[in-house]
Amino acid sequence: MTIKNDIVIQANALTCAYGTSVILDNINFEVRRGEVFIILGGSGCGKSTLLKHLIGLYQPAGGSIKIIDQDLVHANQQEHRRILKNIGVMYQSGALFGSMSLLENVRLPLEEHTALDIHAMNLIAHMKLSLVGLGNFTKHYPSEVSGGMQKRAAIARAMALDPEVLFLDEPSAGLDPITSSELDALIRRLAESLGITFVIVSHELASIFAIADRVIMLDAETKGIIADGPPVTLQQSHSNATVREFFNRGKHNNITQVED
Amino acid sequence: MPSFRNSPPPSLEFVDETTDSITLVFKGELRTESVSKVWGKARKKASSRLISTVIIDVHNINYCDGTGIAMLADLLLEAQRRTNVDITLEGLKEDFQQLLDQFDLKHFKPEPDSNAKPIPVTEEVGLTASQFLQDLKELISFVGEAFYSLWIALKHPSTIRWKDMLLTIERAGVNALPIVCLICFLMGLIMAFQSAIPLKQFAAELFIADLVSVAMLRELGPLMTAILLAGRSGSAFAAEIGTMKVNEEVNALQTMGIDPVRFLTIPRIIASIIVTPLLTLFANFMGLVGGWVVYISLGFPTIVYINQIKSAVTLTDLWGGLFKAGVFGLLVAGIGCFRGMQTSMGASAVGQSTTRAVVSGIVLIVMADGLFSVIYYILGL
Repeated sequence: MTIKNDIVIQANALTCAYGTSVILDNINFEVRRGEVFIILGGSGCGKSTLLKHLIGLYQPAGGSIKIIDQDLVHANQQEHRRILKNIGVMYQSGALFGSMSLLENVRLPLEEHTALDIHAMNLIAHMKLSLVGLGNFTKHYPSEVSGGMQKRAAIARAMALDPEVLFLDEPSAGLDPITSSELDALIRRLAESLGITFVIVSHELASIFAIADRVIMLDAETKGIIADGPPVTLQQSHSNATVREFFNRGKHNNITQVED
Repeated sequence: MPSFRNSPPPSLEFVDETTDSITLVFKGELRTESVSKVWGKARKKASSRLISTVIIDVHNINYCDGTGIAMLADLLLEAQRRTNVDITLEGLKEDFQQLLDQFDLKHFKPEPDSNAKPIPVTEEVGLTASQFLQDLKELISFVGEAFYSLWIALKHPSTIRWKDMLLTIERAGVNALPIVCLICFLMGLIMAFQSAIPLKQFAAELFIADLVSVAMLRELGPLMTAILLAGRSGSAFAAEIGTMKVNEEVNALQTMGIDPVRFLTIPRIIASIIVTPLLTLFANFMGLVGGWVVYISLGFPTIVYINQIKSAVTLTDLWGGLFKAGVFGLLVAGIGCFRGMQTSMGASAVGQSTTRAVVSGIVLIVMADGLFSVIYYILGL
């Protein structure tokens, strides 16, 4: 099994900006192996921006990102490719290719990165789809399955190359509570059985309590991290009132805590 | 509560009107549908420069919705616009007061009127010019990237997505055949027919064959095919790739370690380079058939038409035209994919990319055609 304290992602003095407007200023955090790590915060605080920086779609304005001991910011093309092979990304919309069946979608990274023959690739793709409960939908096209199934297929595609880290952008957005909790169970299962590290952008409280090992909370005003730790600790005893409020759904409410 | 339709419009009376003070008395129901009847009048009175004390009396308002509250807020804001006026609101019922309190009047800043200050012409020109330069820069870097990917693809043919390429050949080529044939048949026919009348005056109808064949093979065959391709397939490429961009599919490719340019544009570009000359062959042939229809209807035998063509055009003319067609295919597919890749967010961005793909495709075709004319002239072809 993997060692829990091994650091997989390390962000040092990371600054994210679009042009001249700084979204996140000088933030530091690290993600340990096998952890379900959640980035949360209110709307517009830069959660998705941070994720896009972590997967190398955007260049940071300053600071460094290390993924599995590789420098993402200064990686040359070959190193960059190696990093990308070790990570998988599920986008908010799923971003499956509409002209390909679910099986072909999952097979695509295998076709591009491995020299396996078509039968082997089909088998792997089928296994990945079965893992997320879509073994009977391999021939379906993305438009023929539901939103929750598309997201699960996207997770299967992200896992095609057996990455060490999976990035999920709002996995439960737009899903009903039952589908959403099924997805949570899936994430927990994959984290525990395969030792995959998850980095998840989310603001679904129920889902956060169910799956997270650790949470960082971003804040639009300070442009930084205002809380870091396990969700239950943050809910009960964080010094910052905003953080406690977020976890208790505002000043007035007290939600019953969802235990895993 | 009275129903919507039956509610009478509110009434507005001006009471205690002196030179510098006025009381506005509203009665009835302030509702979205009818509040406009009093809003303008009330504001006109309240904003009159001579008046320094305004009392808004709403004791007799028994219903007020969001629009009604907005009207009251607008009148109260008058005090913010002009400092020398004192406005008081009297008799607003508790329920409605709560609605008004939700809106922070003190810190309200009116939206700047977008029509108020038009952008100066110089600024507009500068902005457009810098956008044009930016566009040109992106185009140049895309051309570089595309040619590099094309070079790599040709060096390692196994990396080309042959399935996608064949699909594009079918869509952009085979499916375009009927329209290309029809248009070029009609082109040949019309050209022959239009030239028959002036040529008849010189008893030179025989040379219709020369005119049609030279024009079709050297110029119109490749040009018409390319323009049809720009309209049919260039736009389709832009829309397909643009939609993928909007749906984050291009990002997904990138994070899978797959170069989107290689994955999406190379199969389309290669397919276009292959199909455009092939389509042009059909276009040429159908143009000649169109000319032939006019020719025989003028009473010439077919063999004369064929012999006349043989003496008028050479194989070089045909090859020259086909080569041009290949370059046009490259341009149309390249610009279509480029515009698709440029797509920003949203559905309207896809529409914009599609339009721009067709427009810049046709512009590039015509520019390249001009260039070819000069080159062929210098080479003596």
